Amino acid sequence: MSAAADTEAQIEVRELTMAYGSLVIQRDLNFIVKRGDIFVIMGGSGCGKSTLLKHLLGLLAPATGDILYSGRSFVHATADQQQAMRQRWGITYQSGGLFSAMTLAENISLPLQLYTRYRPAEIRDIVAYKLALVGLAGYQSYYPAQISGGMRKRAALARAIALDPDILFFDEPSAGLDPISSSLLDELISQLQQSLGATVVMVTHELPSIFAIATNSVYLDNSTRTMIDYGDPRHLRDHSKQPVVRQFLNRSAAAHEEQS
Amino acid sequence: MDEHTTPGFALLDATPDHARLVLAGDWVQGRNPGRFQTLQAQLRLSHPRRLTVEGAALGEWDSLLPAFLLQCVDYCREQRIELDIRDIPEGVSRLLAVSTAVIPHQQPQRPRTSIVQLLRPARLLRNLAGELSESLAFLGEVTLAVLRLLSGRATTRLSDFRDYCYQAGPDAFAIISLTSVLVGMILAYLGAVQLRQFGAEIYVADLVVIGTLREMGVLMTAVVMAGRTGAAYAAQLGSMQSNDEIDAIVTMGISPVEFLVLPRMLALIAIMPLLTLYADLLGMLGGAAVAGSMGISWTQYLAQAEDALSFTHLGVGLLKSLVFAALIAVAGCRSGINSGRSSAAVGQAATEAVVTAIVYLIVADAAINILFQQVGI
Repeated sequence: MSAAADTEAQIEVRELTMAYGSLVIQRDLNFIVKRGDIFVIMGGSGCGKSTLLKHLLGLLAPATGDILYSGRSFVHATADQQQAMRQRWGITYQSGGLFSAMTLAENISLPLQLYTRYRPAEIRDIVAYKLALVGLAGYQSYYPAQISGGMRKRAALARAIALDPDILFFDEPSAGLDPISSSLLDELISQLQQSLGATVVMVTHELPSIFAIATNSVYLDNSTRTMIDYGDPRHLRDHSKQPVVRQFLNRSAAAHEEQS
Repeated sequence: MDEHTTPGFALLDATPDHARLVLAGDWVQGRNPGRFQTLQAQLRLSHPRRLTVEGAALGEWDSLLPAFLLQCVDYCREQRIELDIRDIPEGVSRLLAVSTAVIPHQQPQRPRTSIVQLLRPARLLRNLAGELSESLAFLGEVTLAVLRLLSGRATTRLSDFRDYCYQAGPDAFAIISLTSVLVGMILAYLGAVQLRQFGAEIYVADLVVIGTLREMGVLMTAVVMAGRTGAAYAAQLGSMQSNDEIDAIVTMGISPVEFLVLPRMLALIAIMPLLTLYADLLGMLGGAAVAGSMGISWTQYLAQAEDALSFTHLGVGLLKSLVFAALIAVAGCRSGINSGRSSAAVGQAATEAVVTAIVYLIVADAAINILFQQVGI
């Protein structure tokens, strides 16, 4: 890959409006995720963060606007082209999304069986390696219901990186975890991102995670129903022109009173 | 008796310019200080431009007081009345500040639906048409998936098929045995009582054999399977929906129909004819037992039953079992995949699966019977 390609926009969102029927969730979203970014979608509860992620994943269709991956429209692509793009992604869902009727090993082997030509024995080795990467070596034959919430998140991560993806999507990866597990998970995400050279897009409102690993971010506002700021969260914390964003990132109510 | 003083409020010195609202006493549960609506009526009459709330005479309070004052604040904001709240306990003013910090959410106006509207025939027809077209679309998807399976390109796992066969088959033996024996007995009993009036008890054998093979054996099996397996499919897929598993399948590039619906449907189609055969056998035995107890000799009964027994009747029953199996699986899987994400929605999906499956069964059974009667089978 050329040097020019390294800085190109991996994901570009253009004039995106998301709506459920006539209820508009967010409008006029425009932002770019660069190759190698750890990009955070943040905002208050119920502002449409997860909905935006579902649009990026193609699970929901936009009301208007377009989403481009490496310069190619995803919204206007055929189902087969969309599928080809999706094979380069790894995704973990808010509740993990592991198949509850399958063991961890089966969960991780499924994408490998579908999209690679590894032999069964090789797949077994790769599964063991991916589980070891997330600190779950030896848990192959456990079902998702038999392990703890934090382990489930890591197992979902192992499945997401099964195919060595270009882009990793996370929906609230550290929600519901204790501070230590959640910082370990952050570290894991950041290490995997660096060693895989992947781009990470994540939905979260955990400030420690945001400051620890994010390189770029967008803030979705609940009351104006659009994005009101965009940039490195560490910069936005002190220099955002929007009081709400500073208040969010400083975890205080001061800016709110100032505003009203 | 408790030693609380009686709580209450009064609107004093009401002029178009200004009014005083005086609050007094212990605003605690069980003391009934009066509701805001009373005050609202008084305010609407005098309609002052400014309102002063005086709380110096307040005693103890619980949630009643802030709830009352919140309505007061909202009303004054709405009517553009200047509000000045004085001397109320510090806790109350703090709670009031917190509860007025966020502007109340304006619920979008929804059209009201009355019972009459719900029962409107046009609407019913439209719903029915929508339901029918959705079912057909789903059936189309399933057909395409079957074609892909036949061409070897579908992501259907054989191990899933095996598991579902086991769940649908051997696990259902006990309940199928019970229902089919009893239905055979009921059939024989009803028939014997009626036929005896004409001295034709011996035809009970025909009634039981033909009735069981063509109709009751397969229908009872199908109803049991709709309640057992159809509901289980809906609940499984519904909880997968609420656990983001179906999203994960879609984004992994797997067709949910191939991966989830096909193995379940094929398992049910493979198992239903076998269960039906088993139910037929037990049904006929149950009928024979009743006939025997009503004074028909075994040899007579067997001879008559042998005459009635034919591969046509058996074939009709087995053909129906294939159709019913597909219908039960489609109803169950469709309700599950379209289920909402809450636990209540999963329950609804299971209910819907059973109800639609039974409707499908009865309609299909009637249609097949009419068709065969026209053709003369």
